[in-house]
Amino acid sequence: MAEQITNKDIAREENLVFKRTGVLTDKVMHYCPGCGHGTVHRLIAEVIEEMNIQSDCIGVTPVGCSVLMYNYLDVDMQEAAHGRAPALATAIKRLQPDKFVFTYQGDGDLAAIGTAETIHAANRGENFTIFFINNGIYGMTGGQMAPTTLPEMKSSTSPYGRDVKMMGNPLKMTELVAQLPGTYYVTRQAVHTPRDVRKAKKAIRKAFENQKLEKGLSLVEIVSNCNSGWKMTPVQANEWMVENMFPFYPLGDLKVDGEMAK
Amino acid sequence: MAKVKGTIVVDIERCKGCGLCPPACPSDVLSLAREVNAKGYHYAYMANPDACTGCINCALVCPDAVITVYRVKNKVN
Repeated sequence: MAEQITNKDIAREENLVFKRTGVLTDKVMHYCPGCGHGTVHRLIAEVIEEMNIQSDCIGVTPVGCSVLMYNYLDVDMQEAAHGRAPALATAIKRLQPDKFVFTYQGDGDLAAIGTAETIHAANRGENFTIFFINNGIYGMTGGQMAPTTLPEMKSSTSPYGRDVKMMGNPLKMTELVAQLPGTYYVTRQAVHTPRDVRKAKKAIRKAFENQKLEKGLSLVEIVSNCNSGWKMTPVQANEWMVENMFPFYPLGDLKVDGEMAK
Repeated sequence: MAKVKGTIVVDIERCKGCGLCPPACPSDVLSLAREVNAKGYHYAYMANPDACTGCINCALVCPDAVITVYRVKNKVN
């Protein structure tokens, strides 16, 4: 029998298989425990590190919980007015076409006040990447109903559940944008299990790589949780998301390399 | 036979105790501590460290990137 290796022996630099990427800053994120934002931030940072584009990357932050994203990612970032991130990213990408430009937006930002900017940027075929975090409510302001809130879903402004007759239908922005000829890659992912995190990272990488091709907009939707807005624990929120969000927002690629999937 | 053995290091002060890593662990290594960190969160720790294979699943789901993973191939004759 070989000698028993202790954990201290294993925890050495040469045995390292995973560590926090250097593209994330040392600041502790302000997000609630278990929030998907942190995972997506990390994945974007890891992809930026792997592609070695830290000095060539410009991000545009939205209004919402992720408004302070520029504190957490060690890349150049700009803050857009509510919903206007695609318009700002259009300007940045047109002025500096060799940079990798991305926007990071929530559903209240991208699908409500920023609908026009999103759809027109996609339709013009602007050559940047949109990361769309969909948790079905306005998380930052107290869990109000958003355009993406599911039918019958309770929120602070629809306490008896979303009544479709009165409040309208949820908006599937990703499906909408996939129809437009200006988009090149449109996909919907999640980050609640290790398997989904790996898939989401591949999608984020592809979305960044597509900018080199100059063939149009890439949009990656991440269906995420909002455990404090949904009034659940992080684990319960993920289970609720699998049961309720995924049937309405099915995961998978909608458009790959300019062709609709299936 | 080569047996893979791993270990993790949790940055206790940054951990928010969200509890997403214990269900993600296929070997049931992780658990939330009874003790709390300076912010009052029950941080994640290795309750069953011998079972860790260093699969990095916990680090993948961790929203705050507080988990560092190490792995060795333990050669047993």
